[in-house]
Amino acid sequence: MEITQILFWFLSALAVVAAVGVVLSKSPIYSVLWLIVVFFSISGHYILMNAQFLAIVNIIVYAGAIMVLFLFVIMMMNLNAEAEPAKNIYLKIAGVIAGMCLMIVFVAALAQSADIKVPIAKGTDIGLIKNLGKALFTTYVIPFEISSVLFLSAMVGAVVIGKKEQ
Amino acid sequence: MILAIDWMVFIEKLVLIIAVVSGSLIIAMYSTYMERKVAAVLQDRRGPSRAGPFGIFQPLADGLKLFFKEEIIPDFSSKFLFILGPSLAMLTAMMIGAVIPWGNKMHMFGRDISLQIADINIGILYVFGVVSMGVYGIMIGGWASNNKFSLFGAMRAASQIISYELAMGIALIGLLMVTGTLSLKEMVGGQMDHWWNIFKQPLGFLIFLICAFAECNRTPFDLAEAENELVGGYHTEYSSMKLGFYLFAEYINMFLSGAVMVSLFFGGYDIPFVNDIHLAENIGANWAAILQGLCLFGKIVCFLFLFMWVRWTIPRFRYDQLMNLGWKILIPLALFNMMVTGGLILLKQNHWHF
Repeated sequence: MEITQILFWFLSALAVVAAVGVVLSKSPIYSVLWLIVVFFSISGHYILMNAQFLAIVNIIVYAGAIMVLFLFVIMMMNLNAEAEPAKNIYLKIAGVIAGMCLMIVFVAALAQSADIKVPIAKGTDIGLIKNLGKALFTTYVIPFEISSVLFLSAMVGAVVIGKKEQ
Repeated sequence: MILAIDWMVFIEKLVLIIAVVSGSLIIAMYSTYMERKVAAVLQDRRGPSRAGPFGIFQPLADGLKLFFKEEIIPDFSSKFLFILGPSLAMLTAMMIGAVIPWGNKMHMFGRDISLQIADINIGILYVFGVVSMGVYGIMIGGWASNNKFSLFGAMRAASQIISYELAMGIALIGLLMVTGTLSLKEMVGGQMDHWWNIFKQPLGFLIFLICAFAECNRTPFDLAEAENELVGGYHTEYSSMKLGFYLFAEYINMFLSGAVMVSLFFGGYDIPFVNDIHLAENIGANWAAILQGLCLFGKIVCFLFLFMWVRWTIPRFRYDQLMNLGWKILIPLALFNMMVTGGLILLKQNHWHF
């Protein structure tokens, strides 16, 4: 085994274990912390694919900003394991069955697709920031600008909603 | 061969990591001494003077005291998170040191050794990533204390760090446009024997400096531990060396943010008024690297002094003033800086014709 393979398996196992931890944790705080671990292991995968920019942006935006806000809200609401209302047992069973169906669909779809079997070319440089920037501002400039306008309008919307009535 | 690793590189990096980590610990230790001496000078006192000549062993005495204090973990807190908080604060404080170029190459044992742990091409973004992780140490610790005031402190710290990170990032975009790289090594290389970036981005530096104060939780932005409002803020419940870790992390943060600012704006390990390449030819690469390292260190100490000077002269902000400054002044200023820089670069590419 090469070192990248060892890293790949380690990160994959970490991601799966942490994802299970998100679901199984009793306290929502622990769930958020497990989710941060998931983001870190996914960032590790990005680095293995030489997509350094994506990896660090994943950490800055998701682990560093969005998860902090999640943690913020959960801490303020002071959710305890005891305060959580007991859920109906049938609901739980239905949830498990629905989740498994979703997983079967995913596995079936992925097993049939041809793209997944193509190994990623080694030494690809498309994930480096220079190439990414060039691609974004030449080939994909219109979708990029449109999505930035979308973000702007979302921000304006948030400000309007958050503003107090005068 | 199962693990095809270049063991020499491994050992080289390991030595470098140990040197950087222990170096920043020792410097953080003596920053506490320096802080007390600076405070003493500014307040017309003598400062620590009993332990050793000029009180030089005072940090050791402080450390021993912290270690021997009783360790208290509150009954109703989550014990794991209570310990995780200060550990995370310390970990994230140390991680920034990995991308800082501490000097140029050294030539030893027949190989060129770069005095930088990792020269990644997203260096400055890595710093941002680590800084944004720094919130977790404070938030987790504050929440796990199971105490109203700790939670208030943690919330303040989190909202402050997130708010100022935005202005910090936008302020840096101007610098990135000027230098055209994200790697700290290349940024320092571009400043060697040229104009330092401070002359190209004075406004960007000013915004970055203010945000650095806020990110380190230093006065005038130490709202997270405002003792007359919040007892002690997020570390109210902490005692012994766990409290020491939080205090220590602040000093390491100061040291490393000074190092980042020097690398970005003040030429990094560039020796001012000296042609470094000629120097390296004359006295050998190793001696030149050592001199450059000392020069970088001297610049960082100037920044440490600035941090302390401000702490003992400027009173603490009120919380709404802090948020107004961050959102309504610094972010628009940073955006203005970005636009002007972009416009000037376009003009320059167009040979100063409209």
